[in-house]
Amino acid sequence: MNITQKVQKSLKKRYLKEKIFKSMGFISVAVAFLFLLILISDITIKALPAFVQTQIVLQVDLNEQDLGITQQSNVDEIRQVDFRRVIRAALKKQFPQVKKRKQKKDLYSLVSVGAEYQLRDLVLENREILGTTQKVTFIADDDVDALIKGVIDRNDEESGRRVKDFKLKLIETLEKNGQIEKNFNWQFFSSGDSREPELAGIKGAVLGSLYTLLVTLLMTFPVAVAAAIYLEEFAPKNRMVDFIEININNLAAVPSIVFGLLGLAVFINFFELPRSAPIVGGIVLSLMTLPTIIIASRSAIKAVPPSLREAALGLGASKMQTVFHHVFPAALPGILTGTIIGMAQALGETAPLLMIGMVAFIVDIPQSVTDPATVLPIQVYLWADSPERGFLEKTSAAILVLIAFLITMNAIAIYLRKKFEKKW
Amino acid sequence: MTVSAILFLLVLLAAFSYFMGRQKIHAVYQQQRQNVDTNVRSKAKFTLPKYFGYVAALWSLVPALLVLLVIEIIDEPIITTQLTDYMVQSNLNVGNNFDLYLNEIQNLDANNLADVEHAKIKVFEKLNHLNKIASTAKSVIVLALAILMTIFGLKKITVGIPARQYFEKAIEIILLLAASIAVLTTVGIVLSVLFESIRFFGEIPVVDFMFGTQWSPQTAIRADQVGSSAAFGAVPLFIGTMLISFVALTVAVPLGLMSAIFLSEYASSGFRAFAKPVLEILAGIPTVVYGFFAALTVAPFIRELGQSIGLSVASESALAAGLVMGIMIIPFVSSLADDVISAVPQAMREGSLGLGATKSETIVKVLIPAALPGIVGGVLLAASRAIGETMIVVMAAGLAANLTVNPLNAVTTVTVQIVTLLTGDQEFDSAKTLAAFALGLMLFLTTLVLNIIALHVVRKYREQYD
Repeated sequence: MNITQKVQKSLKKRYLKEKIFKSMGFISVAVAFLFLLILISDITIKALPAFVQTQIVLQVDLNEQDLGITQQSNVDEIRQVDFRRVIRAALKKQFPQVKKRKQKKDLYSLVSVGAEYQLRDLVLENREILGTTQKVTFIADDDVDALIKGVIDRNDEESGRRVKDFKLKLIETLEKNGQIEKNFNWQFFSSGDSREPELAGIKGAVLGSLYTLLVTLLMTFPVAVAAAIYLEEFAPKNRMVDFIEININNLAAVPSIVFGLLGLAVFINFFELPRSAPIVGGIVLSLMTLPTIIIASRSAIKAVPPSLREAALGLGASKMQTVFHHVFPAALPGILTGTIIGMAQALGETAPLLMIGMVAFIVDIPQSVTDPATVLPIQVYLWADSPERGFLEKTSAAILVLIAFLITMNAIAIYLRKKFEKKW
Repeated sequence: MTVSAILFLLVLLAAFSYFMGRQKIHAVYQQQRQNVDTNVRSKAKFTLPKYFGYVAALWSLVPALLVLLVIEIIDEPIITTQLTDYMVQSNLNVGNNFDLYLNEIQNLDANNLADVEHAKIKVFEKLNHLNKIASTAKSVIVLALAILMTIFGLKKITVGIPARQYFEKAIEIILLLAASIAVLTTVGIVLSVLFESIRFFGEIPVVDFMFGTQWSPQTAIRADQVGSSAAFGAVPLFIGTMLISFVALTVAVPLGLMSAIFLSEYASSGFRAFAKPVLEILAGIPTVVYGFFAALTVAPFIRELGQSIGLSVASESALAAGLVMGIMIIPFVSSLADDVISAVPQAMREGSLGLGATKSETIVKVLIPAALPGIVGGVLLAASRAIGETMIVVMAAGLAANLTVNPLNAVTTVTVQIVTLLTGDQEFDSAKTLAAFALGLMLFLTTLVLNIIALHVVRKYREQYD
């Protein structure tokens, strides 16, 4: 057998190997895609129920004498009234057969504990409804919500079901009367955190993220751009500059949690800045994103062709004028793209913020950068840890909102890059 | 006067200097222009008046700012010493804990002194008095200096001086300072973890920490409590971290490498244009989302899978956390691998193909060996990523420190323990919280060494083909 025959004989095997190798490559990409698909669809499916809110319509009798207030009462007087009684009376009126103590408790727990405040706000908004009987839509309790959405299966054995037969019957009666409504959950976007899943919302976390990012942007952008300009345009080739460069590259790869330790030791324990505040979070995140933005800005500046610099210098501009009047504006789109990507990274970051105490249960919506706040990823972390089932869908919904923000930011970055990209 | 008020006045003064300086030079130029014969071009160096303005503004701003900074740093220690002297002189009985007493006084509320003992009120008044003096002195010194410097600066600028060069030098210094913040950050990280670690090692010997196999940081409140003896042997954490990172790398390295090869060597340009951004999405998803997914979807799935074939899998198994972490690092590995593979010169590829090798033979026998240093560097960077990853393991890995290498068991990692030790309210000085900083130091050093080696290898490799 000569060489040609040998080679030809081996060809089939070699081509087969080639095919296997190629398909292994394809499978790798496919695995990554499949995982992404599963991740996104799993979270979306879990999240969808959170955007719908179950509500119960009740006839409430706002009798002025029972409440002890009139239409002329001032705000403080109305605030002190126990509206829970009115709601309970309405429920009792509809189900007069409920007598036992335990059954009453089931009956009253059909509506959320937030219902009384809902009614109070309604009265404060429009006092003319005092003394009349009104149809009011109340937020349902999370158990009712779960049952209506089918998260709790009605056909399960009673012993294994969270909503027992008696309560189920009550809910089914309400359903038959058309007193149960499903509406879009605005509450989720307009309220702060709560211990009750049906009342919890993400507004506080979104604002906290916004304030934190604002601080990060204001601190990082000028410093990163100045550093990038210095390193690209002015830095002499010496040991100090080398040292700075090595430092920046290393910082880019330091685990984010270490920045949290820095923040805790330096900003909170040494400088005594407020705990849990967006200002500290913003500073820590800006130190963390600084290397990313410096590296991106440097490559944007490097991409500006030397002919532009030479032309400016040739016309008598000084080095500084060349850089600030010509190179910097030409590199700006690239710098902005890098900045947005760095900000997106900061928006999704959780670990360093855990270290500086942003992981707290905060109901109030933050008003400034020094108020205690949480951010979106931490809200996700907190809710994921909650034992109540109702928080599962809230967690997923918060993740969807977070991912929506990230996709928007990245889309803007890609758009900027496409629009201003120049081929020199 | 508050610091922000002083700063505001300083900025106003600087603006004033700028306009006055510019005006002064502008007037001189006007005069010169009138004197010079219109037919003869002036040979004098011409610097734009605004640069003189900038220099004047810098004169009035910079020294005052520096002095303000110095005063801000030194005023608190001075006030404290003064107060201490006062308390010693007036023979106050402050008890054993002097710092605590001082703290109490600093936290007194001026409007609510009704039921505070008389001695304390006296000290409090003294403190207020000192604070007032300090504040007045600060405003007077800083503003006086700023005004003096403004007058000096306005005198100093004349047409002859190279104002633009001065200004540009100042800007260059500012740029250099911005670049040095990275160094400052590194120094800050090293100092903050190092100091607390030294305090920790003062209580727990280094050897016990590095080689002890028992980790239970719970210090008991009562002596007779169960598990009262806190143990700080970090070996189970190191092993746990390595186990999870190993699982992650066994997922990420083959998949990431093969994806990079497929995308750069086989895929059509259309598919590449679609696939690369999709992979980038995978890299852009926040780690807390991966953690949620690992804890609620992947871990139960693996557990059920294990049970169906008769294996007992912990609900917080290292496998689940490692698997998800591996998927997270795929885009990281693939983009690094893509870089190094495309850096291999085209001639080597063509030489191999020309000799009759198939594409896969070229890749396995020529491209990968040639790119190996770069790939190794990429893997090291990925390892440092995996070791430092926090949220996935916090949410999906266990808390108990088990010394095991079975990926089906629950293990805990260095980052998980840092988070557990530091979240929540405990006093800052206990060995428990200090231990978190010692772990942080270990984490920082490990990743630093990995990064330095990786960056060095990658750089060396790049130079080889440049």
